[in-house]
Amino acid sequence: MTISADHTAPDQAQQAVNEDAVAEAVRKFGITVEDYMLPARHQIQMVDPEGRLKADDDQGTEPGHEYPVPGDEELMAAYEQLVVGRRVNDQNSALVRQGRMAVYPSSHGQEACQVAAALCLSEGDWMFPTYRDSVAVMARGVDPVEAMTLFRGDWHSGFDPLRHKVGAQCTPLTTQLLHAVGVAHAAKLRGEDTVVLAMCGDGATSEGDFHEALNFAAVFHLPVVFFVQNNKYAISVPLAHQSVAPSLAHKAVGYGMAGERVDGNDVVALLAVLDRAVKLAREGSGPLLVEAHTYRMQAHTNADDATRYRQDSEVAEWQAKDPVSRMRTYLADRGLLDDQAEARILAKAEAVATQLRDGLSEDVPVDPQELFRHVFSAPTPQLKEQSAMLADELSREASSEEAPK
Amino acid sequence: MSPTITTSSEANGNVSAATARAAASAAATAEAAGPQAITMAKALNTAMADAMHADSSVLVFGEDVGMLGGVFRITDGLTKTFGEQRCFDTPLAESGIVGMAVGMAMNGMRPVIEMQFDAFAYPAFEQIVSHVAKMHNRTKGAVKLPMVIRVPYAGGIGGVEHHCDSSESYYAHTAGLKVFTPATVADAYRMLREAIDSDDPIMFMEPKKLYWSKDMVDLEELRAQHSANTDAGTSSEGRAAVARPGTDATLIAYGPSVPTALAAAAAAAEEGRSLEVIDVRTIVPFDDETVCASVRKTGRAVVIAEAHGFASVCSEIVARVQERCFHYLAAPIRRVTGFDVPYPAPKLEHYYLPGVDRILDAVDDLQWED
Repeated sequence: MTISADHTAPDQAQQAVNEDAVAEAVRKFGITVEDYMLPARHQIQMVDPEGRLKADDDQGTEPGHEYPVPGDEELMAAYEQLVVGRRVNDQNSALVRQGRMAVYPSSHGQEACQVAAALCLSEGDWMFPTYRDSVAVMARGVDPVEAMTLFRGDWHSGFDPLRHKVGAQCTPLTTQLLHAVGVAHAAKLRGEDTVVLAMCGDGATSEGDFHEALNFAAVFHLPVVFFVQNNKYAISVPLAHQSVAPSLAHKAVGYGMAGERVDGNDVVALLAVLDRAVKLAREGSGPLLVEAHTYRMQAHTNADDATRYRQDSEVAEWQAKDPVSRMRTYLADRGLLDDQAEARILAKAEAVATQLRDGLSEDVPVDPQELFRHVFSAPTPQLKEQSAMLADELSREASSEEAPK
Repeated sequence: MSPTITTSSEANGNVSAATARAAASAAATAEAAGPQAITMAKALNTAMADAMHADSSVLVFGEDVGMLGGVFRITDGLTKTFGEQRCFDTPLAESGIVGMAVGMAMNGMRPVIEMQFDAFAYPAFEQIVSHVAKMHNRTKGAVKLPMVIRVPYAGGIGGVEHHCDSSESYYAHTAGLKVFTPATVADAYRMLREAIDSDDPIMFMEPKKLYWSKDMVDLEELRAQHSANTDAGTSSEGRAAVARPGTDATLIAYGPSVPTALAAAAAAAEEGRSLEVIDVRTIVPFDDETVCASVRKTGRAVVIAEAHGFASVCSEIVARVQERCFHYLAAPIRRVTGFDVPYPAPKLEHYYLPGVDRILDAVDDLQWED
């Protein structure tokens, strides 16, 4: 496919979409272009913690930020994934306690963000998750056991990023946002309509790569949706020590992109906001930033003691905003979720948990020669030498074990 | 001109080797036929242009590489020839350049990126060490990163602070990175083409004081050689070169130190001592075979590099040769390196850089019986 000579500027079609969206908002709500880019003054919320749908005019939004409620089918799919996600988090935390996994950064309490991140993308889109986003990775279709190899300790990434269009999870912060930008840039140069969802947490917004990724995406006008899960703590450091910006979504404006804030425990609002962000990015609006306000209900990992830096009362406060029970109430009240459907969904969640238990309880033998196989596309003479040395060590070890005492 | 961008696999399929050769020949018609004196800068520039002709997934980007053609002019004319999609300026952000290249390489492109100066690459160090070097390994080979990071490095140009650094040891120490450094004009062309073709990420260390060095080379012949090597699946990766044959002692050098070593060998020859000079060419992978064959033959060795000697590529070479050639050695292996001080200011650079005299002094120390 041929692309325009100046790829740094939006092509005419993209520009038209861009201008139209802004022009429409300006016409409809009588706001300035600058206001159009600013996040809503309050978090977008559609279903409150009691599971009640808020009226359109009661969403606490500014003009220009009205969102339609997603369709029933999408909401039911989201609920199913929420229940599965909660079960996955609980199961994996249990597996860590049993010594079956080295570590698990739980997203308990953040399942709505995880689910919405996977559901807002089309098949050809890419997701770049953090280490805490395993539920999103699974919701995107990656095999649950394969997704857990990093935390079990078999290998670093257990799934093929290219096959699933999901970046490999790893532990340096924020670096993956630039990879997301590169994937989007390559897709754009080929004229593909791929959108890339680039995920990070609140602590990650302090890193230099956050700035470079947002700036690159904006300058090259790339279809990247930056999705910040603000769960209030970077290990133990609270948001107030991370940033004094009015919101993390406001950071977008400085890069020339629109930002939006959303209740991160409200999957309905998350889907509405992310669906629109993905649609705008696909239509050529350039990058956008969505900040989800949520809470990490459990410690950073099993190595962390969360009682040292936060109050039980704070945790209890967020318990009342739980994303799963809120959605259950909402769907049941609307008559979409009955006992039968609930039982089916619970059975599905249980099946995934069983798959994780079985898969992670298995002692999969590791092949020591794997050490040398994937350093380069073919091993260097030095690696061949070291591989032979290890093979020799192992064979001597084996023969000494076999020898009669 | 509005070039077509295709995926790497499509490009490899559609833009066949024959088409590539045709394109390269077309470009070459404007050049004088036969050997001509060209600079290393020109060889590098031609290598990128030829690679871009051969494969539309090859992209060049970095700071000032577009209309300016790079601060050293190595990317001169590429934007004009290939358009702003293929050779473009980025915001001033090294981590961004490398991190974006990682994503582009994941998604079917072959980025060739420029770090403006050696010491400017350090903001990108995390991306290079944690991602460029590890992505293939992390994903058990599922993700390949065919990318080249070009780093103008080392001294001898009188640059102010942070414009001259010998940073090759950082990269050579990092498993998963290949480290190339050409010393001749022909090698600059040859090795950069090979680096761009490689499915592995390459740190391509360009000795900036050699950018303006000239050799007689036949570009058409180099192109033909490259095509022949591609068809045969061979390359010069991991192969050191005997830059000057000799019998009495071996000087082992790479990149900017190769001409210095050759000058020392020429001076020694006048005194009746025959020194063999080995040009390492690719630090990773390292050619133990060629280096050790030479040392076994001569029984004496001096390893030369501009970088600090402590914990350096030089130290590694000495250790490797010692482990493999101990019984052939007539004297301890000597190192001639930069001092273990921060890279000096231009007026002091001369005292820091290993020169011919320092090399000859080291050679004199090799316990000669005469």
